[in-house]
Amino acid sequence: MVCKNCIEKPVINLINNNVKLCKSCYIKYFESKVKKTITEYKLIEKNDHIVVACSGGKDSTTLLYLLKKITKNRKDIKITALAIDEGIHDYRDKSLEFLKNFCKENEIELKIFSYKEEFGKALDEILKTYKGIPCSICGVMRRYLLNKKSKELGATKLATGHNMDDEAQSIVMNLFKSNMKLSARMGPTTGIKIHEKFIPRIKPLYLLTEKEVTSYAFIKGFMDKLNECPHMQDSFRNYVRDTVNEFESKYPGTKHSIVNSFIELLPALKSYYGSLPATLQLCERCSEPSSKKVCQTCQYIDKVIKK
Amino acid sequence: MKAYIEKTNKYADVEASTVNELLIKLKINPTTVIVTKNNELVTEQEKITNKDEIKILSVISGG
Repeated sequence: MVCKNCIEKPVINLINNNVKLCKSCYIKYFESKVKKTITEYKLIEKNDHIVVACSGGKDSTTLLYLLKKITKNRKDIKITALAIDEGIHDYRDKSLEFLKNFCKENEIELKIFSYKEEFGKALDEILKTYKGIPCSICGVMRRYLLNKKSKELGATKLATGHNMDDEAQSIVMNLFKSNMKLSARMGPTTGIKIHEKFIPRIKPLYLLTEKEVTSYAFIKGFMDKLNECPHMQDSFRNYVRDTVNEFESKYPGTKHSIVNSFIELLPALKSYYGSLPATLQLCERCSEPSSKKVCQTCQYIDKVIKK
Repeated sequence: MKAYIEKTNKYADVEASTVNELLIKLKINPTTVIVTKNNELVTEQEKITNKDEIKILSVISGG
């Protein structure tokens, strides 16, 4: 058994293509797929300042490394790493240490903002009184800070490490919950024409599965020690993830089919729903974009954090 | 054979001659993990013995 392209021993079996690749051919395959995604969906444009949302995890570290590598000869492109420290003891502190070292070694500017400084409380403190689903409140606050801080840093794009698994799960979740309007705002790039206060988001790992990203991260040494957030709970997404993985195992290529079908449908969805909530306005408290008079983050600050 | 399962932070002790056989016996979906043999990434078709150090690493993000 040898690599499809050379005589080396394979390290990965790309089930969707029915191809086995060795370590160096896999690295080439992976990097060329990311470049192809960037080109096909015009994710990077002249004079872009790309802020990369980083956690120190394998997906965002892979993304940061590749964006830096791909744009190294582009003097007009700036790359900055942005991390949000939610304040999760023994989890985020560890991953941020890894990220700090990574950015230092790779000469990448890193900015870190914390819930504690921005909202007054760390997530661990907030969850002592908040009894809802931790990922719900944390996700809202993290997305809020990512948009606000990338805007303050002068970003023209916010890059996230979302992969094909994330997208396939979101597509199925929105379908099961009759949320097609939300799906209309998905895809490899989002928010390009939404609002001047929304930083457009790009997902260069969009066409790579989580297993492919993990394999690349392992080969490159970006997986110091995998860890799970201590606040992670059973959720609808976890159930959908297991279901999609079961299908993928039994019917290889399922994730590609879900995402490829979605990409075909996306122009029609965007045209039908538009890419904006019709009622988009600025939050009367913080002036950030919101679909309500007071944005969800300011509501959490009033009802949960200041409580 | 002993195989380290990162998700549970435990070792499993099962007989298997390939990675695929190991995952089937442990009831682990191969799409959710990568497997290393002596710290090298390997495919599911890889042959394994008792002398190899096997690690099963989860591909699912930590949240």
